[in-house]
Amino acid sequence: MESIYKSLVEIVGEEHVSTRPEELYVYSYDLGTTEPQRPDYAVAPKTTGEVQQIVKLANREKIPVVPLGGGLSLAGLAVPLRGGIALDLKRMDRIIEVNERARYVVVECGVSQGQLVSYLERHHPNLYHSEPGAPPQATIAGNIAIHGQGDLAQVYGFNSDMVNGLEVVLPTGEVCKIGSCSISPHWFTLHPLPDLGLFLGWSGTTGIITRLSLRLYPSKKIRDVEQFAVEDEELVPEVVHRITHTEMAEDIVAFSQAIPPFANELHTINIFMTADSEKELEFKKGLIWDDTLGDYIEKGDGGFVNLSPEMKFELARRPQISKTSDWKKGGGFEYVGAIMPVETYPECYRRGVEISTRHDIPYTVLGRIIGRSHAMMFSWTYAFNRADPESIRHARKALHESDDLALELGGTIWKPGVYGQKIVMEKIDPNTLQLMKKVKQLLDPNGIMNPGNWEVS
Amino acid sequence: MFELRFDERKCVACRTGNCLAKCQYMDIDRDTAKAEMVKIFNGEDSFVLHDCVTCYACEEYCEMGNHPFYLIVERQEEMDIPPLPRPLIKRGVQIGIPFRGEPEIKEVKEPVLSMGVFSELANLVQGRLFEGISFISTDPRKMFHFFCQLMYLHYARTSVIKERLPKTIETIAKHNVKEVIFLHDECYGTFASYAPAVGIEVPFKPIHLFEYLYNRLKELKDEIKPLNLKVAYQRPCSSRLSPDKLHFVEDIFNLIGADSVKREYTGENALCCAGTIIGQRRKGSRQRAADVQRRNIEDMINAGAQVCVFNCPACWDTLASLVSEKGIKPLFMSDLCRLAIGEKPEGWG
Repeated sequence: MESIYKSLVEIVGEEHVSTRPEELYVYSYDLGTTEPQRPDYAVAPKTTGEVQQIVKLANREKIPVVPLGGGLSLAGLAVPLRGGIALDLKRMDRIIEVNERARYVVVECGVSQGQLVSYLERHHPNLYHSEPGAPPQATIAGNIAIHGQGDLAQVYGFNSDMVNGLEVVLPTGEVCKIGSCSISPHWFTLHPLPDLGLFLGWSGTTGIITRLSLRLYPSKKIRDVEQFAVEDEELVPEVVHRITHTEMAEDIVAFSQAIPPFANELHTINIFMTADSEKELEFKKGLIWDDTLGDYIEKGDGGFVNLSPEMKFELARRPQISKTSDWKKGGGFEYVGAIMPVETYPECYRRGVEISTRHDIPYTVLGRIIGRSHAMMFSWTYAFNRADPESIRHARKALHESDDLALELGGTIWKPGVYGQKIVMEKIDPNTLQLMKKVKQLLDPNGIMNPGNWEVS
Repeated sequence: MFELRFDERKCVACRTGNCLAKCQYMDIDRDTAKAEMVKIFNGEDSFVLHDCVTCYACEEYCEMGNHPFYLIVERQEEMDIPPLPRPLIKRGVQIGIPFRGEPEIKEVKEPVLSMGVFSELANLVQGRLFEGISFISTDPRKMFHFFCQLMYLHYARTSVIKERLPKTIETIAKHNVKEVIFLHDECYGTFASYAPAVGIEVPFKPIHLFEYLYNRLKELKDEIKPLNLKVAYQRPCSSRLSPDKLHFVEDIFNLIGADSVKREYTGENALCCAGTIIGQRRKGSRQRAADVQRRNIEDMINAGAQVCVFNCPACWDTLASLVSEKGIKPLFMSDLCRLAIGEKPEGWG
């Protein structure tokens, strides 16, 4: 161990390697229900070259490498299940290029969501990226490594659909570029080279994304939100379908939760709109409110909530961060996110309420629309008391039941933890599973990358 | 259960039909007004039950001391003619459910002022005007224990008011006070008008905020410097339940040297903020609300108002930014009064 430590110090410098228990503790857990597991080393490289050397060392010594950005997946994806090196990428935090005209940004892997939001607001106010609603220290690269989705998902899809190019350190130490950046100085497209979709959604098990190009989108001057409420969950898919048909909404999120009481047994659909002028906003609002949903209002089946300016400000500001941790004493929460057909919303809601009731947790469910109703990211969230093992056990059980439910209802699990990965691999097409195995073996012959995750037996 | 004390004989004897004939939102002549009221108290369907925007004003227009508005909303509930879409009613009803523990009953010394469900607006009750006052309902987590519930008139859910109001009264009464000043007209109207109208006993005397402010300003008279501001008062729905207190608005303006501008939509003819219209279960509600707001604000502009004076936080939420966009400064009445005694409310100047 001492020699590995020395080698790591040689690569990144003494102040960026640690084996001190109090520092390793920080990397041993995330904020969800996954059992903590300490790494043997915490290492924070500054450059792609340093990452490359660390990976080569790990390969030589056959020790696990667990890359992490903010470490905020909640599903335990950055918990070093088999120890090894916790590779903290937050020091690689340069914003390398913003191309105003082609609307993309090239960043290093440690650039955080908050950093990019504030940088763009300051230097490129006409552009923004799809902000995932995570705490601001969550990283851009970490988010795409789990196929993240954000507040532009309704119009542009998953955050991993917005990638224009990647630089990756392979598990065997080679640095590889994917997309136009592999043959050109410009990071403007991931296509039309042969599809090498080997890194997005793999949760760091096939390589380490060290640099990436992300699409940016027009940021309008006005951001507004309306809330449309219905009591009958069966109406939600149709309401969403109608709103998406207008193409006037930027982000659409339907939710229902037991706390606070006003939201209980109701389905509130947040409709975010942006505009460059009041005229444009009024046009969009009129189309959605009056022309598209007016008949629900007249029949009394749905209505727009009268939001105060303060409420609108709170709802519309970015990022939107979950307050579910406040529902139970002890401040814990974790959710299962699943990519589901929008028409399953009613069943997802009803069954979610059943699971929550079984485990004595106030229910919280939410569906964010992806790509004009192609799908929704549906989350079942469970609050728990961090200081109470029984409460954690219940939350974990509820999460597993939700994982099962997502598959039962024909969905896929987004950023699954170990349990979710296991049931996905049990159910997935066997040939697909074998392809995953071959890819993994080809890229990571020594199995050093984030072991314990996506391991095909 | 508590029952509305509505005297049908008064309606029959009424010669004006003013309750509906004066309505700002429905075009109704005297004979139609009388006929529709007969239908309503007989439990028959009436277009009024469908078109009412729940502005409370008919309570004031009625010259017979009856309760036409309370009757209309009771009938809307009984006959399942909700003024708002059902999900909004459910949401509204659930808003008032306390869920953050029991209220603290503090020892208080009179005079006492209840913040009702506006505990977060402590900034409106500061300075010398409120020296020596004890406050109740100061914790936003517990404020729904002090909720007067009258908002549910807009939702045609008098059953909810009757069910919950006694508990609220009990909570306030636990403070052992003879008189309570209420921050909001709505609370005052609840205890001074609605509770007696349905036979709910109120063991304390409600005091209207404006009456308190007027009397307090008289005590501080030597410190008042005339404001010389042209002001327009945004009269809230619930003020219709206490028209006998409306004179305090002008009394206060006179005392502090504020020039109350001559408007079309003032006093009895005041327009509501339209906050309740916007969500109504009718086609075109959003535009109807916008039209009412436009007329209201244009009237203020035409009258030369520099300041729009509010007392209702809901009116503030609905209109403050809109008047501000038109160059009229929104201010709560208590802040306007503070200004007159040389204090500087937040956001002023």
